[in-house]
Amino acid sequence: MTMPSLKQYTDLFRQERTAIDSNATEALNAGRDRAMEFLEAAGRLPEKSDEGYEKTSVEAMFAPDLGVNVNRVNFPVNVAESFRCDVPNITTLLAVVVNDRFVPSATLLKNLPEGVTVCSLRDADSALIGRWLGKAVERYDAAMAFNSLLLQDGVFIHVAKGVKMAKAIQIVDIFSGQTPLLAPRRVLLVAEEGAEVSVLKCDHTQTRDVVFGSTEVVEIIAGEGARVDWYDLEESSPATARWCQFRCRQEAGSSLNICAATLTNGTTRNEYLVDIKGDCCETILSGMATGSGSQHIDNSSYLVHRSDRSHSDQLFKYVLDDEATGAFEGLIEVAHGARFNEAYQSNRNLLASTGARMHTKPQLLIYNDDVKCSHGATIGQLDSAALFYMRSRGIPESEARKMLMQAFMVDVVEKIRLESLRDRLRHLLELRFSGNCGDAACATCRGRVAEK
Amino acid sequence: MDKDKNNKKDKDDAEEKNLPGRKDDDAAGKDIPERKDDSSIIDDVTSGDYKYGFVTDVDTEVIPVGLSEDVVRLISKKKNEPEWLLEFRLKAYRHWLTMTPPKWGHLDMPDIDFQAISYYAAPVKKDGPKDLDEIDPEVLKTFDRLGIPLQEQKMLSGMAVDAVMDSVSVKTTHREALAEKGIIFCSISEAVKDYPDLVKKYLGSVVSYKDNFYAALNSAVFSDGSFVYIPKGVRCPMELSTYFRINAAGTGQFERTLIVADDDSYVSYLEGCTAPMRDENQLHAAIVEIVVEERAEVKYSTVQNWYAGDAEGRGGVYNLVTKRGLCRGDYSKLSWTQVETGSAITWKYPSCVLAGRGSSGEFYSVAVTRNHQQADTGTKMIHLAPDTRSTIVSKGISAGHSENSYRGLVKVTPAAERARNHTQCDSLLLGSNCGAHTFPYVDVMNQSAVVEHEATTSKISEEQLFYCNQRGIPTEEAVGLIVNGYAKEVMNKLPMEFAVEAQRLLQITLEGSVG
Repeated sequence: MTMPSLKQYTDLFRQERTAIDSNATEALNAGRDRAMEFLEAAGRLPEKSDEGYEKTSVEAMFAPDLGVNVNRVNFPVNVAESFRCDVPNITTLLAVVVNDRFVPSATLLKNLPEGVTVCSLRDADSALIGRWLGKAVERYDAAMAFNSLLLQDGVFIHVAKGVKMAKAIQIVDIFSGQTPLLAPRRVLLVAEEGAEVSVLKCDHTQTRDVVFGSTEVVEIIAGEGARVDWYDLEESSPATARWCQFRCRQEAGSSLNICAATLTNGTTRNEYLVDIKGDCCETILSGMATGSGSQHIDNSSYLVHRSDRSHSDQLFKYVLDDEATGAFEGLIEVAHGARFNEAYQSNRNLLASTGARMHTKPQLLIYNDDVKCSHGATIGQLDSAALFYMRSRGIPESEARKMLMQAFMVDVVEKIRLESLRDRLRHLLELRFSGNCGDAACATCRGRVAEK
Repeated sequence: MDKDKNNKKDKDDAEEKNLPGRKDDDAAGKDIPERKDDSSIIDDVTSGDYKYGFVTDVDTEVIPVGLSEDVVRLISKKKNEPEWLLEFRLKAYRHWLTMTPPKWGHLDMPDIDFQAISYYAAPVKKDGPKDLDEIDPEVLKTFDRLGIPLQEQKMLSGMAVDAVMDSVSVKTTHREALAEKGIIFCSISEAVKDYPDLVKKYLGSVVSYKDNFYAALNSAVFSDGSFVYIPKGVRCPMELSTYFRINAAGTGQFERTLIVADDDSYVSYLEGCTAPMRDENQLHAAIVEIVVEERAEVKYSTVQNWYAGDAEGRGGVYNLVTKRGLCRGDYSKLSWTQVETGSAITWKYPSCVLAGRGSSGEFYSVAVTRNHQQADTGTKMIHLAPDTRSTIVSKGISAGHSENSYRGLVKVTPAAERARNHTQCDSLLLGSNCGAHTFPYVDVMNQSAVVEHEATTSKISEEQLFYCNQRGIPTEEAVGLIVNGYAKEVMNKLPMEFAVEAQRLLQITLEGSVG
């Protein structure tokens, strides 16, 4: 038996605990004992033999010898150089996370509207942190434990009661450096009663030939009547592994819209835990993945309706080419006593090559009779009749295929409520399906975000 | 209606004896007070009685409880088995020792003490009854009460029956008529003696003894079951049927069915099961293996009505079954139809391995759970060859405090060009304390495959009930009507003789006092 890859991280933690603790704050350190206890008991990170991880071995994702930036080395990063994921015609409040270090830009701090806080988790109001950090959902699992164990920094966003933000907040996660690194990243977003906020998070890898791994936890608390939009765009490298867990809690009347796009990556495992606590909530959870080469994309959702009269809609679409593999596992639970809920889930996939693989497992757990639930999954190829129609009208096959693939993704793109981001994503998809992007990672899309 | 009265009377009897009652009536009402009317109606509708719960008083030979190599040898010796079969059993037993029971099912199942079960029970007059006179009249009476046409005069009903009581095949009917066509239909112990080559060739070829925990257990201790061989080009002129009955207390039933359909043949096979009401849980771990050769077709229908436990969830059969068919020949076809109304716990996934080009698999299922029943059932469709097709239609109905899960796998391997699957699984919830779950696994490794899955979960809609009420149909009847309509798609797939029985069963199970 080889040593579980978890061991190198628990060993590191034991050796460096003092340093890690001193780099972080009490609130962040508070979670470490529980994390260690959980991981020691598990003995290893999840593997394919575990139910729910059938196609993604997290053990293998973190098997490379990744270091943790315990000495808080400041990796210089040229944002202009690495950050090509601009969205034209939009102004955002930009925050950058280099590896696992939050680097606030002067413009961000200057432009924050009243009632909005965006800062490092280390500088955040300790009362708020104490109340919310790690508390969004009850479930405690490997993703949460692994992240909590080595967490040293993170982003805290707080939107006060009734504050409706006009501009989106943009968080850019960048991997940079010459040594293989593990970056534990965390975002805690608290939208108080009636608040409205949109966040765009982009994951990039600057040094393409170096192995990186990230463990990300995004905690979202949507207070009563709050509205939170979260857009997640991954354009990393084939050598990047990402294990990202969303932990969302919705109070009564809140609306949550998460849309995650994996355009280029290495191995990605996204987990979405959504706990609908209050009545009359709206939840839209969508995602898309474009896989080529040996990309691997795994999305897994666990959405629980605990109260009455809520509506949830999940839509995940994959286009897989070459040897890419995709997995989707979605679960809707309607808890005992939760009445009049409507919950829908759909997963549609296109396989564009003989080597591509797709695994899907849409699940329903229903404990109440007063529900309307449905789920659907399809795996197929481009409609040959549609292809024929287009070719018979003079559109070359490659062009026709590209158009159909773009059209296939449209309903995910349309879940995005920022028009300029929709345009941007359409453009990225076009490039992606033209083969321009692929491993060359957005080299064609240069530019700067219009910062004010 | 007369039937109403009878059912009422049965119910009263049952209450006196403290058997399946209607206690949760009130409990359901309390949870959600404003829906008391509805829930009591639904509760009425879902609390039928189990009429097969009697115990037959026959002398039964039961070997002492416990499992060891000696027990495996003893079973083999009692059945005068050849050496190779004993070897097979021992290999399976040794492998079983290395395995642990699977835990992934959405089931709340207490650990089974495998040393507390007797692995062999047989009505005493078991040594190959040559004609009906030799069978214990009590046993005959049992099968009569179950409505199984064992008696010669009833054979006109045109069904060949193999009846298995506890561990031993009691009587197979119609053998001569079948033999004329070259069809072999007998108990598996007879087949081992009379057709060792066939059995040796096919036994364990579809479900290996290493397949899973319960398959290993069955391979080690299986006592009897049916063997069917349909020769080349023969269309079996009648439905073949097996009836399973657990009678003795403290025993498990481990039967094994092996069906081989040679090239261009056709057979329709039916299986039914019942057990007495007992407070303890009984284990039923069977294996069904089917081999379908070129252009052959096998239709396998099950009406499963093992004792499901009482209203409080005491007792009942644990039905942990491995069923699998191998469509080995090109253009072969295998169709599973099941109506699951019994068992405290059901864990079964009748599967099709589509290895022949153009072969097709079908799975039609109605699973009804009520009281504290739990079912985790579904199918596996493994597409190995080009142009293979599969269809899955699963209808779940949950009532009371039951948990009903569909779990299915559709796997398309790289060689399965143009594979096609359509899956539809619907769940109907009657009452707010039950659960309906869906766990479909879809695994596609070929781009030309088209795989679709759809599922819906709902309760009977107010509009449907309203529509019926408007036309003078009382709510209770309307519920029965709607449920039957909902299950119709699957019921239609059953052979006629069975469809009637299954429909009646669904009525008894779900409709209670509804005529």
